[in-house]
Amino acid sequence: MTDLAHARAEDHAVPVPLTTRKDWSSDQEVRWCPGCGDYSILAAVQMLMPELGVRRESTVFLSGIGCAARFPYYMNTYGLHSIHGRAPAIATGLAATRPDLDVWVVTGDGDALSIGGNHLIHALRRNINITILLFNNQIYGLTKGQYSPTSEVHKVTKSTPFGSLEQPFNPMSLALGAEATFVARTHDMDRKHMMEVFRRAHAHQGASFVEIYQNCNVFNDGAFEAITGKDHRADMLIPLVQGEPIRFGAEGQHGVVMRTDGTVEIVDTAAVGESALLVHDEHRDNPGLAFQLSHLAAGPTQPTPIGIFRDVDRPEYGTEMNRQVDQVIERRGAGDLRALLRSGSSWTVS
Amino acid sequence: MSDTSSDQHPSQLLDRVVIRFAGDSGDGMQLAGDRFTTSSAILGNDLATFPDFPAEIRAPAGTLAGVSAFQVHISDHNISTPGDAPNVLVAMNPAALRANLGTLPPGATIIVNVDAFEERNLAKAGYEVSPLGDGSLSAYTVYEVPMTSITTEVSKDAGVKPRDAERSKNFFALGLISWLYTRPVEATVSWVNERYADKPLVREANLRALKAGFHFGETAELFESAYEVRPAELPPGEYVNITGNTATAWGLIAASVRSGLPLFLGTYPITPASDILHELSKHKEFGVRTFQAEDEIAGIGAALGASFGGSLGVTTTSGPGVDLKAEMIGLAINLELPLLIVDVQRGGPSTGLPTKTEQADLLHAMYGRHGEAPLPIIAPKTPSHCFAATVEAVRLAVTYRTPVILLSDGYLANGTEPWRLPDVEDLPVIDPGFATSTNHVDSEGHEVFWPYLRDADTLARPWAPPGVAGLEHRIGGLEKEDGSGNVNYDGANHERMTRLRAAKIAGIARDIPPTELDDPDGAADLLVIGWGSTYAAIAAGVQRTRARGHKVAQAHLTHLNPFPADLGDVLARYRKVLVPEVNLGQLSRLLRAEYLVDAVSFTQVKGVPFRAAAMEAAILELINGPGADAAAGGPPGPLPPTELTDGLLPDHGKVSQR
Repeated sequence: MTDLAHARAEDHAVPVPLTTRKDWSSDQEVRWCPGCGDYSILAAVQMLMPELGVRRESTVFLSGIGCAARFPYYMNTYGLHSIHGRAPAIATGLAATRPDLDVWVVTGDGDALSIGGNHLIHALRRNINITILLFNNQIYGLTKGQYSPTSEVHKVTKSTPFGSLEQPFNPMSLALGAEATFVARTHDMDRKHMMEVFRRAHAHQGASFVEIYQNCNVFNDGAFEAITGKDHRADMLIPLVQGEPIRFGAEGQHGVVMRTDGTVEIVDTAAVGESALLVHDEHRDNPGLAFQLSHLAAGPTQPTPIGIFRDVDRPEYGTEMNRQVDQVIERRGAGDLRALLRSGSSWTVS
Repeated sequence: MSDTSSDQHPSQLLDRVVIRFAGDSGDGMQLAGDRFTTSSAILGNDLATFPDFPAEIRAPAGTLAGVSAFQVHISDHNISTPGDAPNVLVAMNPAALRANLGTLPPGATIIVNVDAFEERNLAKAGYEVSPLGDGSLSAYTVYEVPMTSITTEVSKDAGVKPRDAERSKNFFALGLISWLYTRPVEATVSWVNERYADKPLVREANLRALKAGFHFGETAELFESAYEVRPAELPPGEYVNITGNTATAWGLIAASVRSGLPLFLGTYPITPASDILHELSKHKEFGVRTFQAEDEIAGIGAALGASFGGSLGVTTTSGPGVDLKAEMIGLAINLELPLLIVDVQRGGPSTGLPTKTEQADLLHAMYGRHGEAPLPIIAPKTPSHCFAATVEAVRLAVTYRTPVILLSDGYLANGTEPWRLPDVEDLPVIDPGFATSTNHVDSEGHEVFWPYLRDADTLARPWAPPGVAGLEHRIGGLEKEDGSGNVNYDGANHERMTRLRAAKIAGIARDIPPTELDDPDGAADLLVIGWGSTYAAIAAGVQRTRARGHKVAQAHLTHLNPFPADLGDVLARYRKVLVPEVNLGQLSRLLRAEYLVDAVSFTQVKGVPFRAAAMEAAILELINGPGADAAAGGPPGPLPPTELTDGLLPDHGKVSQR
């Protein structure tokens, strides 16, 4: 822990003050397009913060570039709106040196998965103590409508008038492949679900990765309508609940089972019997089954799992980095600059 | 091993000598040179070294491409360069001989490992017949020493396999040269004992080879006598021999200690900067945190994140890395946060010459970002000066809340010189001056914190790391409103902010020392002005021309942006201004643009430092006009025993008068 962090920790002998959503809202006018899904995510975060028992001065929101990246300006906390794709890198230096802070990274599908893909996977594998909220709208909004690395193949956009040619990333699969310790998905039409997932992501020690299906009503309206629409949500979203059989549908009539080859499939619960259904275990050490679940749907037009795919413990980078420093100081004593300069072979000229 | 320090053999006194150890990349020439240097430093010689090695870790054995060399210049008086031309070349194989022969002046001594001069190695080096037998080396004194066979022989009964024993031949060469120049080997013996403590066979083979080399010199009666270079008269004090990279790393630690800011290094391995990471990663007892990032961008990004959090954020790299970091540097300029970027320059463009020196990133440091994005630039002039230059760079970064670029280079990074240790108490104290309270009352009478309300004197903004209640604020790469720091796209505000950022950096000129000028009687007509690692060669060249009776002034710039406030006046005092640089004329462009001075550019880009002789020739050419013979430049007479006596024919770069 840095000296600064120590000093701050002492200041915090006083209890965390009670706050409301208003205390967490900055004085800046929110400038997303009317009807944007970002508003409901911002509301969910601002409503959650008073419940977390954390301090505004110990909270930092960091972002890169994109519509989502304006998020820090609207939070009455410390904030840094940086450059395209690099927020996880900047957050790494901040979180590793200031373990006393809550560091949130707000990003989008272009920011995190295209220009910043490298930083994202390395932040996840290092298990930096940050909470990453990825607003996935499957389109480039701020640059006015080009396809993104999560856009479906054949998508017609301004930059692909004859259809895009690229296989999209599956953010859940990508995070699991990058050895992430906390991987979850939620969507902007369900504030309660968002708040619960964010709460869990914040509580996790290490890198938490949350994909939020977010509607861009200007450039990609209705991208998730097939699964998040109120009328068909029950049949199209598969809630992952710890320790419970994975089932969905208004009556729980659908369920998920594992085939003998290790892949998963959707079945009629009645046909196989409830006991045959896969029981969800987010703490499973092996990410294989979580990866299978992430591939259950080919895109947000088929029944799609939401909730926490994976939540496992692994040493957190900043803690380990600071532990190493403390151990060396304990062993050698605090550094002495005079002694350092003489640590090679020195000689005296008189 | 007291029998290796006997003083019975007659020895001749030399004032200085330049020795070049050359062999295959795997032959351990850097190690041999480094140990010889350490012994000489302990003896009290002044010295300068120049490691010169290929980019390939192990190019095909025996080829010209794989030759690795270490040049050391030892002297009984003050010297600054590693020497133009070796007096002695140790060549461990034919390729090492061939690759270095061109640098040898007639009369030089060549000591070859004759065992390596067999058909295959000769062919690999491109020799049809052995140069040892065809008279082509008649201008030199050549000693043929069977280094491999003696080295193998002495370890035969030590249980070392012949193939492994042979690897100790660098220690044989070191022992031999140690005898020839009357260096004690005790320090090397202790070093071997410690270094190979857990490899007893290697330790034994190395010690036997070292001893055998020393004894060979004494008993083989090949050499007429041994030589001695007496201690130099250096100012009193405690000295260490130090490379530029180590001095930079220690400078960072010193700056951390003197500022109370925890040091965070975010970096990605790159030649020739990686040793700074290696050195810093050893010193966690100072609270140093080193982070080996996934790429150059993440290295500087993490450093900037650490700075935002109240640490001393630093990134280290070389030219290709600076290219990648440009966008983050621009962000740091906009955020106005302290950050240090260390660029250990190497030959470019692109991958260029990774292990060779160049100083061609000056204009990149100055202008290599989009938008109006000024920042301070500092350049150390010698290996040990990297320490003070680094502390100064951090002082400016912290005081002015700005990224600073420190321009070291490959020569400084790996070269060494004796460094008189400073008193820790004399190092500057750097005050982070964190913001602790609100600084403004808004229109509704509320106490608020404005992150861009500037200090009237420095124009620096407050630095308010997270953690202080009441100072919560949001900053970013978008243009900010003057004072409040809120996002603002207004044209008039942008103009004001752009000029404020420029004025803040320009104002640093008031806070830095005047131009470092050496003009003994103030009567010189010609000023030679340089920056960075050309200092040594310029100083030597100026000394040579002064010894010929010319009045020549030398100025050297550590601060390259902004320039010292008096620089324009200094330049105006001289009728002629010569600007030697290891690039195609970058400082000269800046000087011409800034001061309308008719500076003459003298440049070379050969991957090596200037030679003193080349510098002398260029200065004489400017004094006497083109075509004048160097020797005709001044009154004849004996030259004093300085670096003037290198005896090398001028092999200098192009002098262009514009």
